[in-house]
Amino acid sequence: MSIKIQNLTVSYNFHPAVHHLNATINQGQWLAIVGPNGAGKSTLLNALAGIITEYEGSIEGINPNNIAYLPQQTKLDKDFPITVLELISTGLWQEIGFSSGLSYSQIERCMNALEAVGLDGFENRLINTLSGGQLQRSLFARVLMQDQQVILLDEPFNAIDTKTLTDLTLVIKEWQNKNRTIIMVTHDLEYVKDNCPSSMLLAKECIDYGSTKSVLTKENLDNAKQVSEAFDENAAWCIS
Amino acid sequence: MKMQLGASAKMVDFLLSPFIDYAFMRRAFIGSFVICFGAIPVGIFMTLRRMSLTGDAMAHAILPGAAIAYLISGLSLLGLAIGGITAGLIVAALAGWVSRISQLKEDTSFAAFYLISLALGVLIISMKEANVDLFHILFGNILALDNDTLWLLAIISSLSIFILAVLYRPLIIECVDSMFLKSSGIASEAAHYGFLFLMVINLVAGFLALGTLMSIGMMVLPATAARFWVNSLDNLIIFSVIIGISGCYIGLMLSFYFDMPSGPAIIVSVGTMCILSILFGSNGGLLRSLIPLRHLKS
Repeated sequence: MSIKIQNLTVSYNFHPAVHHLNATINQGQWLAIVGPNGAGKSTLLNALAGIITEYEGSIEGINPNNIAYLPQQTKLDKDFPITVLELISTGLWQEIGFSSGLSYSQIERCMNALEAVGLDGFENRLINTLSGGQLQRSLFARVLMQDQQVILLDEPFNAIDTKTLTDLTLVIKEWQNKNRTIIMVTHDLEYVKDNCPSSMLLAKECIDYGSTKSVLTKENLDNAKQVSEAFDENAAWCIS
Repeated sequence: MKMQLGASAKMVDFLLSPFIDYAFMRRAFIGSFVICFGAIPVGIFMTLRRMSLTGDAMAHAILPGAAIAYLISGLSLLGLAIGGITAGLIVAALAGWVSRISQLKEDTSFAAFYLISLALGVLIISMKEANVDLFHILFGNILALDNDTLWLLAIISSLSIFILAVLYRPLIIECVDSMFLKSSGIASEAAHYGFLFLMVINLVAGFLALGTLMSIGMMVLPATAARFWVNSLDNLIIFSVIIGISGCYIGLMLSFYFDMPSGPAIIVSVGTMCILSILFGSNGGLLRSLIPLRHLKS
């Protein structure tokens, strides 16, 4: 099932962070959302994830029951005393709900997910003892546990080493092989050029959307920078 | 041998006789015991969510409800409880709602509403001129707990444990990764408002025994102390409840033998354990910084 974004505008204090956006994201597509700082990338992802609920326009084909969401590490409270196993088992939230315990098979699935991201043996470690890369691997393991059709990744490769980057890219490619839709926000253009088949260049509005090669041109990037930095305190109301 | 037995008997007598001989001491201990089971696990989540000061604000916010109940029904503890819970829930709901729909941060929102609420409470109480009653409301009187109040405390604590058990998982997810919980779309609101409800009912339970100014201490101090000894959440809950109950027992003994006000004596006892934990705790206590550093091979 494809995701249809129609005339989407998300505003903060009436100023649009994402402005009149239209796009269709097909099932099985691996899409990178790129753009300069303040372009509205994370805002768009948060609207897709249902974290931001106040917006104009519409988003179809996505709901809490078919997404797996990986937030930026900086949004996590790493001091909370839970283990890696407890963290990744929260990915089973849709299955276990409020009060059910984990069954033997669910624990086994957690172990398999940890093994898939190279963290076998880490299940009883507290998350505050993990490095940035290990924590990111465990968040990927949680996405594996969620096992959803649409996967939303917010800056998944911030501050991680090359080995972790390579390993986690293989995990994403595995999702792609299973026809999962992957929408990834990142500022790493080199990574996108090397790996992501399609891109959306955002600068509040959509500058370009299509194959990565056609989108990430110098002209488009310069244009995005200019549009993104434009801000008018006394702007008139938008009536389009 | 006889002398040893005599000394042991005296010690047992010293430790237990206040509770064996006096019903008010028994009721006070049972009351504080019950409060510990309900309030302390909630206090752990308060400290982990960095909401200790929000809890303190809420403790003050229950005052106008208690004051109105006091004007209507005097020092009826049931009336005070109903009034306190009503005022606390109104302030919690308003402050939580405003912080969610506006740009106001949660701590500022709570501070604004609790100050209005506290001022209203003091105004209402001052309409009935008797400072001794204000003292009673602010500092409580755990030695005056009657059987009906004990039942009320037991009901509040049982309800609290039940709700916490239901909300346990979403609360953990909200603490660690609130964005993930919001994206799951189910329990974010339930966890947020459910937790505020738990805070209010436990603060009111504590208020009945320890007064508005002291009730937050029973929630925050044992949780803070326990973090200096244990790491996992399960152990934190067990350890802090043990600290809380021990503090209540020691506080009541101090109160009995040295004629101290019982509420502050309990809080000072738990507070002393908290300071000792900060100093000597095996998990990040200050004294550890004086011990030469060592490390394992990997």
